[in-house]
Amino acid sequence: MAEQAAGSVIIPSEAPRVKALRVLRRLRKMPIIPTILLGVFIFVGLTAPLISPHDPTKSDLKDRNLPPIWASSETSPKTVVQRMSISGRSTQITLQKARTLQPNVQLDDKIDVITKAGGSSKYILGTDHLGRDVMSRVIHGARVSLIVVSLVILVGITIGVTVGMLAGWYGGWVDEVCMRLVDIKLAIPTILLALVMVLALGQSFVLIVIVLALTIWPRIARNVRGEVLSLKSADYVGLAKVAGASTPRILIVHIFPGIINTLIVLTTLEIGIVILLEATLSFLGAGVPPPTPAWGSMVADGRDRLAVAWWISTIPGLAILAVVVASNLFGDWLRDTLDPRLRQLG
Amino acid sequence: MQRFLVRRFFISIITLLVVSVVIFAMSRASGDPRHIFLDDYSTQEDWDRLTVSLGLDKPYYQQYGIFLTDAMQGNFGISIKEKRPVVDIIGERVVATIQLGGAAFLFSIGLGLPLGVLSAVKRGSLLDAAGKLVALVGQSAPNFWLGIMLMFFFAVNLGWLPAYGRQEKLSIILPAVTLGWYYVAANLRLIRSSMLDALDSEYIKLARAKGVKPAVVIWKHALRNALVPALTFAGVTLGALVTGSLVVETVFAWPGLGQLAVQALFAADYPLLQGVVMVFTMLYVAAALGVDVLYAYIDPRIRYT
Repeated sequence: MAEQAAGSVIIPSEAPRVKALRVLRRLRKMPIIPTILLGVFIFVGLTAPLISPHDPTKSDLKDRNLPPIWASSETSPKTVVQRMSISGRSTQITLQKARTLQPNVQLDDKIDVITKAGGSSKYILGTDHLGRDVMSRVIHGARVSLIVVSLVILVGITIGVTVGMLAGWYGGWVDEVCMRLVDIKLAIPTILLALVMVLALGQSFVLIVIVLALTIWPRIARNVRGEVLSLKSADYVGLAKVAGASTPRILIVHIFPGIINTLIVLTTLEIGIVILLEATLSFLGAGVPPPTPAWGSMVADGRDRLAVAWWISTIPGLAILAVVVASNLFGDWLRDTLDPRLRQLG
Repeated sequence: MQRFLVRRFFISIITLLVVSVVIFAMSRASGDPRHIFLDDYSTQEDWDRLTVSLGLDKPYYQQYGIFLTDAMQGNFGISIKEKRPVVDIIGERVVATIQLGGAAFLFSIGLGLPLGVLSAVKRGSLLDAAGKLVALVGQSAPNFWLGIMLMFFFAVNLGWLPAYGRQEKLSIILPAVTLGWYYVAANLRLIRSSMLDALDSEYIKLARAKGVKPAVVIWKHALRNALVPALTFAGVTLGALVTGSLVVETVFAWPGLGQLAVQALFAADYPLLQGVVMVFTMLYVAAALGVDVLYAYIDPRIRYT
């Protein structure tokens, strides 16, 4: 009797410890660079107004298309003349103008004149075609992305979890209707739908969040439904039913904790998708309305100015790439750690 | 098999109906169409005549019925900007889009498949690592940015390829690579993982033990089975190429449906936009349906469930 009791005590008391150890071992494999990148993204997004060096919407036409800090200025030798000849624009400079650069030059001297401005510490990542600070715009763009992603995932998860739980729990026609809705939603091209809605209802922040949330809920619903189906037959759920727990109580108290791991993994993997979609919409001009700086519209701003100012498009694009790569790698790791079964869905 | 196909077909039809309802609802939400056609000099009679000719005097469900019947006959109305039937405009553009999508699809298979097979065969090698990098960047880089960067290097800086338009033969290369890149990455990942599974199986060991040449084992025995998951994904790819073309055609000024949709958006040309969206959705749904049918044909397990 005593031995049996002891045995039945030891097993459950050891199991959590073994599990904790296993999780800890995997935690050590946490990808460092993606975690840091995501941390920076969230930090910058939260503190944007405090850390950005300039006002992201204020333009200064004197400082248009200035390159990033590491770009050196370009000079070319010019001959100082009294009056410029028509063909000599690129090799000559007037005495009057030269005197403003070097006070004691004489006629026919050769001096080096800056033809293309270099980077300055005032604008670390340069300025765009309207003379707005690229760095401040990237920082504020992170804030916009962060807000959009958070809201979209919040709304998307709420819809997805509700639909998935109801479908999995009730089965039958409820399940059929919900899953056909999912099939249909997955078969509609997102960006097109977004364009139609933006044209019909007008460009707004709320609309973007709704459109993107409509895009992500089906995948979440489908996975949650699968989880609920397998949890439904678990003994503890049956016992809760026998004990007289109401359906909402079972769903919230007993089933929901069981799907949290899946949700965390799905959420992380959706971050990259939502950021890409939001950027694509802003690039097409159907995203968060201007003058709010969004990464996608910044890339669009620079696309006709590549030869003059490559940094306007390149830098926000790199920001998108970094955050999406980081969230994909982080999500892959979370999936392997928390929920290896999801790997097939990858 | 039949049940599966009927069911799949049914879902495709419902999808198209749902899209048509959304488009119809949005067209009513976007404002009174009479204001678009009439100006300050129009009379009350013009107004009434237009009301009748547009069917606006009827209840909504009847208006929807008219819209749907017209749409099925290929009548999407008159473009506000170009003052001619939407169908004609779409007809001029559809070839360019299909051409671009086809080129991108070929590129994604042509590069993704061999890379996927090689990274599975030489697992852990430098090539595998390079493949992983391609897959990661390919799936994370926004395609509009990728397109601009390619244009910057190959057209602006090096001058090897044309940057814009569709006039020259080589014009298609940059947009097709941009559009196909994501799917190179996706195919690479899919084929690599299913090749790893296939290479690990008993029949491959048997073939090897029998003395079949390694190249035949890999490219014939293993690849055949590894292709099935990639094929399902091909449906998704074809469909998503449609959406991708919106962005890529805009970046490279490729005169297809994607560019048309974005132009319609900015011109607030609602009839044109809804026509393009309907055609796009049809292409998308048809591609998905076609691949599902093919899939059921190839994989007998699907047929009997």
